[in-house]
Amino acid sequence: MTACIPSRAEVCVVACAEAWRGDGEIAASPMAPIPTAGARLARATFEPDLLLTDGEARFVAGTWPLGEPAPGAVEGWIPFRSVFDLAWAGRRHVMMSPAQLDRYGNANISAIGDHARPARQLLGVRGAPGNTINHPTSYWVPRHLPRVFVPRVDMVSGVGYDRAGAVGPDAAAFLDLRRVVTNLGVLDFGGPGHTMRLVSVHPGVTVDEVVAATGFALATDGAVPQTRLPTTAELALIREVIDPAGLRDAEVPA
Amino acid sequence: MGTVASRRCASTSRGTAGPAVADKRMSEDDVVARLRSGMTIGIGGWGSRRKPMSLVRAILRSDLRDLTVVSYGGPDVGLLCAAGKIRRLVYAFVSLDSIPLEPHFQTARQLGAIEVTEYDEGMLQWALYAASCRLPFLPTRAGLGSDVLTVNPGLRTVRSPYPDGTELVAVPALPLDAALVHLNRADAAGNAEFLGDDLYFDDLFCTAAERAYVSCERIVPTSELAAAGLPRLRVHRWMVTGVIEAPNGAHFTSCAPDYGRDEAFQRAYVAAAKDAGEWSRFVATYLSGDESAYQAAVAARLPEAGL
Repeated sequence: MTACIPSRAEVCVVACAEAWRGDGEIAASPMAPIPTAGARLARATFEPDLLLTDGEARFVAGTWPLGEPAPGAVEGWIPFRSVFDLAWAGRRHVMMSPAQLDRYGNANISAIGDHARPARQLLGVRGAPGNTINHPTSYWVPRHLPRVFVPRVDMVSGVGYDRAGAVGPDAAAFLDLRRVVTNLGVLDFGGPGHTMRLVSVHPGVTVDEVVAATGFALATDGAVPQTRLPTTAELALIREVIDPAGLRDAEVPA
Repeated sequence: MGTVASRRCASTSRGTAGPAVADKRMSEDDVVARLRSGMTIGIGGWGSRRKPMSLVRAILRSDLRDLTVVSYGGPDVGLLCAAGKIRRLVYAFVSLDSIPLEPHFQTARQLGAIEVTEYDEGMLQWALYAASCRLPFLPTRAGLGSDVLTVNPGLRTVRSPYPDGTELVAVPALPLDAALVHLNRADAAGNAEFLGDDLYFDDLFCTAAERAYVSCERIVPTSELAAAGLPRLRVHRWMVTGVIEAPNGAHFTSCAPDYGRDEAFQRAYVAAAKDAGEWSRFVATYLSGDESAYQAAVAARLPEAGL
């Protein structure tokens, strides 16, 4: 029976998969390994119409292991130019990994410190401004720490609710920040004024631990439930089909 | 006269006679001789994929400086930063793909050594497309509410003139003095094709530029270009000033399907970039001679050693 006890990483995979529930026929764009496993799990189970890429320029059918080439039928050609078209059309739900995230969902992937001369240069804003302002966005944080969940991010790359609201209703029209999955729990923006709310904690994690690891006040609605556990069928898919090499454990150690 | 003229027309229509189109073949150093310090230069490819590295290496060997470089950045940006060639960088990201962060770009930024214009990826496409279409700007939602508008105080928004009245970012056209791109095949006149899965934005870099220089793995007769499929022929000779045959010219970035990224070399590049002494050795080994010396040094590398 021990084999049926899910690891923290497996709980995270399912929590990521849940981000795409109800999305229907749109492109799921995970970046990191655990969200990628989650997107494949979602399509293999409760969200069969999702579109997934091979990580390059092809939409592919089927379910295949992390770190291996996609063997499924090619459904479509999706070079970067078409990715932008898809994003601006709103038919995409991305899950990005921010270096900093604040309570309104502003996300920084660009640089830490003063933009003119950063203490630490990261990637740059990439497509985060256009993604967040055009289509559903979720975030994945493999290490829930106060230095990630900050009162104020240094460079708003992904747009949060307060910043979009300050521009006006046009900027906020398609802003749709769905959920934040971390190694400790699941959060959303259902708090007062679209602020971050703790939705569930993973098995073995207390609310106090999440609060202590978050650099701003978290909203909660009464008692915080536990994140749903993977089903037996989901565990089998994760372990045997989607991640037999165990890449998930490198991202969130047991 | 009439008879002669109609013969010429007839034979021309069969593609067998008539004056030849311009032969635009040149070397990397010929390209560099046409560039000037202070120019705005666009570099095609994406991250560590199909970058015109032999042309970048030629710039490293030159006395060009104060360049404004526009790029979906990879090691092209890193090497130009390391050589002090860049005054301003226009980018959405700089990454080596399989290694997320570019070490020389990080160092240049953290030292405040370059000025920057940081855009959303789609804004950068729009800036090139506006220049290509000779429009002053193109509107988009991308950038609204983000600090892209804060760190680029010159950016303006526009309001739709239609009843919706939507406020949008007006991405200004970004005309280039020169574009450098690397494709898989080209003919001597500058018709070029990509054989991998993605053109990236190479055509837009060419059309946004006053002059575009296309390096390629192999120059082939025009008659061979269409065989790989018509949709691959996206760079046309009207866009192109010069054609450079550069086998392995994208090394160490990928040039699918001709070759993949040289991951061992890229790892060695990153390791060397983190130490001044190691970097001096890297420069001495790879970047102190011409392109043929570079390719010879790469070929002479010990397997598994990276360097």
